[in-house]
Amino acid sequence: MRAGKSFLILVPYLWLLALFLVPFGIVFKISLSDTALAIPPYMPTLDFSAGWAGLRDFLSELDFENYVFLTQDDLYFKAYMSSLGIAIVSTLLTLLVGYPIAYGMANASERYRPMLMMLVILPFWTSFLIRVYAWMGILSNEGFLNQFLLWTGIISDPLVIMNTNKAVYIGIVYTYLPFMVLPIYATLEKLDGSLLEAAEDLGCGRIEAFWRVTVPLSRPGALAGSFLVFIPALGEFVIPSLLGGSSTLMIGKVLWEEFFSNRDWPVASAVAVVLLLILIIPIILFQRNQQAAQEADK
Amino acid sequence: MKRFTWFNAVSLTLGFAFLYIPMLILIIFSFNESKLVTVWAGFSTKWYAELLQNEAFLDAAWVTIKVAVLSSTAATVLGTMAAYVIVRGGRFYGRTLFSGMIYAPLVMPEVITGLSLLLLFIAIGLDRGVFTIVLAHTTFSMCYVSVVVSSRLVSFDRSVEEAALDLGCTPFEAFRLVTLPIIFPAVLSGWLLAFTLSLDDLVIASFTAGPSSTTLPIKIFSSVRLGVSPEINALSTIMIAIVAVGVISASLVSKRTIARQAREKREAVRA
Amino acid sequence: MSEFEAHAPVEAPPSEDTAPIGPPAFAPWNDPDEKPLIQFRNVTKRFGDFTAIDDLTIDIYAKEFFALLGPSGCGKTTLMRMLAGFETPTEGDILLDGKNIVPVPPNKRPVNMMFQSYALFPHLTVAQNIAFGLERSKAPKEQVAARVDEMLKLVQLQKFGGRKPHQISGGQRQRVALARSLAKAPKLLLLDEPLGALDKKLRGETQFELMEIQEKTGTTFVIVTHDQEEAMTVASRIAVMDHGRMVQVDTPDRIYELPNSVYVADFIGDVNLIKGKAASHHKDGKVEIHWAEGAPPIVGTPMAPVADGTQCSFGIRPEKVHITKKLPEGKANIVRGKIVDIAYLGNISTYHVKLPTGEIIKAQTSNNRRIERRRFTWDDEVWLWWSETAGVVLTG
Repeated sequence: MRAGKSFLILVPYLWLLALFLVPFGIVFKISLSDTALAIPPYMPTLDFSAGWAGLRDFLSELDFENYVFLTQDDLYFKAYMSSLGIAIVSTLLTLLVGYPIAYGMANASERYRPMLMMLVILPFWTSFLIRVYAWMGILSNEGFLNQFLLWTGIISDPLVIMNTNKAVYIGIVYTYLPFMVLPIYATLEKLDGSLLEAAEDLGCGRIEAFWRVTVPLSRPGALAGSFLVFIPALGEFVIPSLLGGSSTLMIGKVLWEEFFSNRDWPVASAVAVVLLLILIIPIILFQRNQQAAQEADK
Repeated sequence: MKRFTWFNAVSLTLGFAFLYIPMLILIIFSFNESKLVTVWAGFSTKWYAELLQNEAFLDAAWVTIKVAVLSSTAATVLGTMAAYVIVRGGRFYGRTLFSGMIYAPLVMPEVITGLSLLLLFIAIGLDRGVFTIVLAHTTFSMCYVSVVVSSRLVSFDRSVEEAALDLGCTPFEAFRLVTLPIIFPAVLSGWLLAFTLSLDDLVIASFTAGPSSTTLPIKIFSSVRLGVSPEINALSTIMIAIVAVGVISASLVSKRTIARQAREKREAVRA
Repeated sequence: MSEFEAHAPVEAPPSEDTAPIGPPAFAPWNDPDEKPLIQFRNVTKRFGDFTAIDDLTIDIYAKEFFALLGPSGCGKTTLMRMLAGFETPTEGDILLDGKNIVPVPPNKRPVNMMFQSYALFPHLTVAQNIAFGLERSKAPKEQVAARVDEMLKLVQLQKFGGRKPHQISGGQRQRVALARSLAKAPKLLLLDEPLGALDKKLRGETQFELMEIQEKTGTTFVIVTHDQEEAMTVASRIAVMDHGRMVQVDTPDRIYELPNSVYVADFIGDVNLIKGKAASHHKDGKVEIHWAEGAPPIVGTPMAPVADGTQCSFGIRPEKVHITKKLPEGKANIVRGKIVDIAYLGNISTYHVKLPTGEIIKAQTSNNRRIERRRFTWDDEVWLWWSETAGVVLTG
C-alpha cells in the first residue's frame, strides 16, 4: 500500500517538477544571462566538466542587466502599463456585459436554465482562434458592422475599430464572456429569494433591493469572474496580434516578438519573469476571494 | 421569484446575439461564392472543396489530432492520479508545492508556459516535434483534468471506498472497481476538456513545435494574419459543427441518463 | 372530568357559546363594537388551474395571536404572503384598518414578516440586519441606533450586534429575524413557521418567549404553522385550513374540545372515530348512534342538529376513554375488547383495544406513580367506558 501510494504521488509530482518548475528555473536563469550570437543565443552556458569552478564562473557571470534594460527602454514600461490598462478596461466591460446575462439566466424559469447554461458554455468549446477570427470580418472598415451601421444611416463614414484597442476590448469581452457569466450565475442562482422578499418587506423598492442585497451577495462571483478574465487578458497574445494594430502594446505580444523576431532570449525571459511578478498579486487576491467564498458556503 | 421579466428577456437576447452572431456570419460566408468575404455573391461550397485539397491544412489537421489524442490521454491519467493524491493523499512531503504546481498552470499566461518549455527542450537538447508538443500539452491540460476530477472526488462518499476495502479489496482494486466507475463521468469530461484545449492551443504549440510539426492553429494563425479568407471560414465552420454536434449530443446523452435514472427511481419506489 | 364535559351545547352554534369556558380575558372577536384590524373579504387566489384560497372571509383583531394551521398545500402560506404583499388575490379584498391594501406593494405596507428561512442578510451584521428596515424609512441615525439597541435587548442579544449571521447559533438567528421584523413596529407581524428550524426543546422555550414578546409589544401576530401543538400553545385563536378554506376558526380549547368536523378532530390531537347512524334523540339534545349490529348504541352530544338516520361519526379523545378490568356499573357507554398494543410514553400510556366488531379504540391513562406495576398487558380482556358528554357527534 505504501509503495502504491508513493508511486501515485511520485509520477505526477516528478512530471510537474520536470516540465513546470524546472523550466521556470531555466527562464529565470536565462533572464540573468547575456545575449550572444550563438546557439543557444545566450551566455554563459553551464559547463559541467569544469566542476565547482565552472559553477562559480557560471554564477559570477549572471546579473540583472536585462532587468535594468527593461527599465531603461520605456517600450517595456509602456507595454506593461498598456497591458494593465487594456486588461482592466476589458474586464470591466466584460462584467458590464456578463452581469445582465447571468442575472437573466438566474431568473429564467428552471426548465430553461440548463439550456441557457449550455448556450453560454458552447462557445467555450469552440476554437478560441476561430472566435477571434470571426471578429476580423465584422470589425474591418468594410466589415459587417460598418456595412450595417452605414445601411441604417446611424453613421455616414465607416468607424475605424479594427487594428485599434477597441477591437482588442471587443475581442477580450467576446472570448472571455463565459468565464464572467458562469461564476456570477452560480452566486445568483444560489441567492435565496426570500432575502429579496425580506428586503422588500422591510421597505426596499425592487431596484433598491437589487443594490442592497443582490449586488453585495453576488460580489464573490463577480470578483471571481473578473479575475478569471483579468489574469489571462493581461498576458493575452492572440487577440492583440489579430485584432489590435501596430500601436496596440501588450506584453504577451512584446514577449513573442522579442523571442521570435529579435531572438533576444534573455530579454524575453526577463519580460516573462516581470509579467509573472505582476500576475502574482491578482492571483493571490483571486485565491483569497475563492477561499472566502468557500468559507461563506459552509 | 420572477423579477424584471422584460429586462431579463432583453439582456438574454442581446447577450446570446452577441455570442452567436459572429459565428453565424462566419458560417454563412463560408458558403459565399466570392473571394471577398464581406460581399455576398451567391451560394457555393467550393471553399470546402478547395480546403479538402489543401495538403498543408490536411497535414496540420492530422498532426493536431495526433497531438490531441496522445496528450489528452496522458493528461487524463496523470491528472486523475494528481486529483487522487490531492483529495485522498493525506499529508506527504511537499504537498503544498504539489498543489501549487497543479493550480499554477491554470492561471499562467500561455506565452510564459510556452517559453519556459521551449527553453527546457533546448537545454536538454530535445528535438522539437510532435513529441515535444505532446509533452507541453500534457503538462498544462493535466492540471485542468485534475481540477475536474478532484471536484468529483471531493463530493463523493468516502465510505463507499472503505466498504470495498472492508470487503477485501486491495487499494488498487478498490480504485478500479469502485472509485473509478463512480468518478468516470468526471474523468471523461476531463479527457474531453484536455482534448479541446490541445486542439485549440496556438501559443504553446508555436513555442514547442518543430518545423515539421505544424498544428492546425499554427497554420490558421499564419494565414489569418494576412486577413480574412473564405477557406478559413470553411475550416472554422467544420470545426464549429464538430464541436456543436459533440456538445449537444453529450448533453442529450446526459439528459437521457438523468431521465432514465429518475424513471428507474420512480419504478423502484413503486415496486 | 373536565369542566367542558359538564356542559352540553344544545343545538346552538358554538361560536356564540363562550360562557361555559368562562369569560376569557381577551376575546375581541366576541365584541360587536370591536373593529377588526385585518379583514379578508371573499378572497380567492388561483395559480393557473389550482385554487390556493377559495372564497375566504375572515376578521383578525388587533393584539391577536392568530394561528393558521393546516397541512402543507392547504393555502396557509399563500394567505400569509397575500398579507405581506408578495401575492395578489385573484378576487376579493384585503382590508387593513378598513383600507384595502391589495394595491399596496410589500415595501409600503405596515406589515412585516419573519421568514421561515429567517432570510437574514449574510453580508450584514446582526445590528445592520435589524437596522435595515429602519434605514429604509429614513429615520435619523441616532433613532435607528437606539431602536436597534432596544430590539437587541428585547431578544437578549445585546452582545451579538457586531456578529454576522453565520457566527451565531440557530436559536439566536431566529431571534435576530424576530427583532428585525419587529424593529419597524409593524401593525401586523407575520411569522412563517418561525420555529420550524429549531430542535424540539428549544422550540418549547421559544414559544413562550414569542408569547411574552407579543404581549410586551402589543403587536398583532399571525403565525403559520403545521405543528398543532405550537398553535395550541401560542395562539389566541386558531384557524384550521384545508384546501384553501377555513374549516374552523376558534380558540385552542374549543378547537380541541368542540371540533366542528371530522377533519378538525382528526387534525388536532388524537381521536377515536366511530362511524354510525344517528337515531332516537334524547330530550337534552343527546343522540344515540348505532354503529354496529347488535352492539348497544353510543350516546353522544351533537355539534349541530342531526336528523334521524344521518350518517355521522362519533369522536372521542383517548384520554376521555376509561379502561377497567371489571365491568363498570351504571355507566352509559360501555364496550369490551382486547388489548392489542401498548404505547408507553413515560407520562402516559396509550392502549389500543380491539373490539369484537373490529374497531380499534385508543384509551389513555396517565402514569401517576413511578415504576408502577402495569395494570394491563397485551391480550388482556378489558372494558372501556366514557360518559355521555365526553365525545362529540360530527357530521362534517
